[in-house]
Amino acid sequence: MSELLLFKDIDEPGLASREVYERRGGYESLKRALRMPREEVLQNLLDSGLRGRGGAGFAMGKKASFLPKGTMDKYLVCNADESEPGTFKDRELMQKSPHMLVEGMIIAAYAADANRSFIYIRGEYQQQAEILERAIEEARSAGYLGERILGSDHSLSLVLHRGAGAYICGEETGLLDSLEGKRGNPRLKPPFPANQGLYQGPTLINNVETLATVPHIIRLGGQEYAKLGTETSTGTKLVSVSGNVQRPGNYEIELGIPAREIIFGLAGGPERGRDVKFWFPGGSSSPVLTPAELDLPYDFDSMAKAGSMLGSGAIIVVDDSQSVVDVALTLAKFYRHESCGKCTPCREGTNWTVKMLQRVESGEATPMDLDIIASVQEQIMGNCLCVLGDAMAMPVASMVSKFRDEFEAHIETRRAQLGLGEPTEPTPLEAVGVGS
Amino acid sequence: MSVARYDHGSRIPGWDDAVDLSKDPASIPDPALTPVPAELRQQIEAAMARYPDFRSAAIPALHAAQELHGWCSPEAIEQVACVMRLTPAYLTAVVGFYDMFESKPVGRNTVYVCTNISCSLRGARELHAAVQQAAGDDPDFNVRAFECLGACDIAPMASVNGAYVGPLELSDAERIVEQLRAGEDVLPEKQLLRRKVADPRASTDAPALFDDEDRA
Repeated sequence: MSELLLFKDIDEPGLASREVYERRGGYESLKRALRMPREEVLQNLLDSGLRGRGGAGFAMGKKASFLPKGTMDKYLVCNADESEPGTFKDRELMQKSPHMLVEGMIIAAYAADANRSFIYIRGEYQQQAEILERAIEEARSAGYLGERILGSDHSLSLVLHRGAGAYICGEETGLLDSLEGKRGNPRLKPPFPANQGLYQGPTLINNVETLATVPHIIRLGGQEYAKLGTETSTGTKLVSVSGNVQRPGNYEIELGIPAREIIFGLAGGPERGRDVKFWFPGGSSSPVLTPAELDLPYDFDSMAKAGSMLGSGAIIVVDDSQSVVDVALTLAKFYRHESCGKCTPCREGTNWTVKMLQRVESGEATPMDLDIIASVQEQIMGNCLCVLGDAMAMPVASMVSKFRDEFEAHIETRRAQLGLGEPTEPTPLEAVGVGS
Repeated sequence: MSVARYDHGSRIPGWDDAVDLSKDPASIPDPALTPVPAELRQQIEAAMARYPDFRSAAIPALHAAQELHGWCSPEAIEQVACVMRLTPAYLTAVVGFYDMFESKPVGRNTVYVCTNISCSLRGARELHAAVQQAAGDDPDFNVRAFECLGACDIAPMASVNGAYVGPLELSDAERIVEQLRAGEDVLPEKQLLRRKVADPRASTDAPALFDDEDRA
């Protein structure tokens, strides 16, 4: 297995301080980057093939190159809202190596010619926010932030902004509205943030892990970094493994290794005597995969080909002692709670999905309800400003289609327990003269 | 904000009684008539100075006001509105959007128990019930089932006054409540900040973090 980049010596005592970080070679990449012209730094990011680690997997260098040229206020925003259920890699990075993120941001801002930067950290990460705040202060007093950094022509301010608990603020335009002091409602795209983002200015938004990788790309060189991983999924990735495994936690892997190696080799697999029933490859928003798909290589394209996604790299394992109905209902309730309510398909779709799943759970449903659940999911997908609705629709639809037998069996068992007898199919609408 | 509802989901009439439609909406409070504690004013003004647009300070300002008042009371909102020169309605809308802002009076000790998927696979709902039972009807406690807190590696877990602890047993519920009452550090041996990374290769004594020869 490959060596570690992000996690190397991450448990070194005091790594959160500038002194230890610098002793470990920290901020050397920044110095190297500032000696290069901006274009060369950007070229390194492009060459590295680094794809965003927050969920969408868009090429980071390309995104940075979309920012218009010229003298104006340009913004770099670090998305540290990490609220996708199952994901906790950014928390570990910010808590243990905050300077890696700060250094990455300064370099990325240099490449994109941004002069103001923000870290939007979720409100629940209070302890991590305090650690980051100290790190930013240290970086400022060392001259890594502020006017004319280390004598170059690069100036950058960095402000840490704490959220207050809303999943939707991890969506980039919802985040921008929240950072502007509003309710975190997503915006219509286009215009994309690269043209009109924060305060209507050009804005580059990247995930914590993406930005923390930047110093390593500069150190290795973009082309050298691209040799790690697979051709279209370069580099190493932090995966958060949770759920029914023996050693849940964060692991750094080279993209493209088999998923089985992560779930069983690193995280120890389910408890003795239990088997994997299904697993989410990229957070709770990704369609579930079955044990038959455990040998697929874990990278962006293989997961997409299997009908799911790598997402934020959060693997949630569900073992055979769990009920799929229960998992689907837990998920749907979460998305109902977090829907901002701006778009009807998401607001109503999440609500009705919860109600239908509750009918399934209680045994009042008929198999026809499962068809309706599936059709509601289809009508949510692609019909909203952001993908929160899709984030519920995709996993719920995949659970209903892959485990339909279990949903039906659950309904029957519940009916029998309650003594409800055979389900009565509702009278077809035509028979009562509706629509004729 | 929770709205009283019938079992079938409709709102019970009168849920919006507090709104007196014959009155004008509240305008930006008059500084001469709105006393604002000096420390809160200073915190809000410092937050406003950090952003190119002062409105960005709405969330930090409300955090500070909630810290002082215990919840986002009408009085707290009025004070923020007064310093920031925004309407109370604008701030109330912001408060209503975010889970961490309390729109009703709550206990000082906040315990968020994560009940999202990874934690519920490991018994979080039972844990939430146990913490609720341990706290009973003590008005000093604010026990909430919360969405994913981003610590699935220590599932099931809770955030106790902002400090993450886990993995929790059902018996820890009593201890959390007792330690909070006694003003002690909560479950020191289970605090997230003392935990090492799960990846076994992360803790090895390798040379410098950025060692160039290392890759050659």
